[in-house]
Amino acid sequence: MTITFLILAALTIAGMAAAMGLRNLIHCVLALTLGFVGLASLYLHLGAEFAGFVQILVYIGGVAILAVFAIMTTQSAEPVAHRRSAPFWLAGTLVAAGVFSVLAWAITRSGAHGRGLPPSPQIAAEQVGFALMRAYVLPLELMGLLLTVALIGAVVVATPGKKGEL
Amino acid sequence: MSPLSSYLLLSALLFSIGLAGALSRRSAILVLIGIELMLNAANLNFIAFWRYGPRPEALTGVMFAVFSITVAAAEAAVGLGLILAMYRHSKSTDLDKMTSMRG
Repeated sequence: MTITFLILAALTIAGMAAAMGLRNLIHCVLALTLGFVGLASLYLHLGAEFAGFVQILVYIGGVAILAVFAIMTTQSAEPVAHRRSAPFWLAGTLVAAGVFSVLAWAITRSGAHGRGLPPSPQIAAEQVGFALMRAYVLPLELMGLLLTVALIGAVVVATPGKKGEL
Repeated sequence: MSPLSSYLLLSALLFSIGLAGALSRRSAILVLIGIELMLNAANLNFIAFWRYGPRPEALTGVMFAVFSITVAAAEAAVGLGLILAMYRHSKSTDLDKMTSMRG
């Protein structure tokens, strides 16, 4: 566990926790962007350069912008006047804490604890391209089809219908 | 603590943060973002297992993470489209006010 990992992990956790905890939704998305940057840096730190850049492109460039558009379109940036009820909030946090403790217990008891550090794999973008075009060409095409269908579906769902319809 | 288990613990913590947000926030947009956080935690696991696994040159973990990111992006687009449709219907993104399935 290096100091780089600790800094990046702290950045990611702080960003994600702020994204889930702040009251103003625009602030939430800004904090979320910080968390995504931390996560992409962790991918880079692990040597997965391609996944790190995909994370930046898709999440920061796509999902975060989309969320900001949705917030501004629905005018829900201002926090609601009434506070959420305390037991509800407490129940969600308790369930999440329970899930985390079970996961942490499983991880510390598993064989992953004593694993040594293998040599860093050298993965060039060229190899990723070859893998995508050879071994993973069918999943790649299916992913393109899925994206097309999802984008058309999103447009159809969000388009206002005639009066009286959705 | 070995590097792999510290990454796994971080991923578990991110998953729990996303779960807490998805369970306890009222805004539909934030619930969707919480689900995205959980997907991201799973992606971190894929990459960590790929890095510390026996055959990192096979690229399996990275490919799975990249495809998972793509599916998450499609899910975000459709989810936010649904939120817009719900907003047009009920003039709110507050989940507590979405109590009926048809107007």
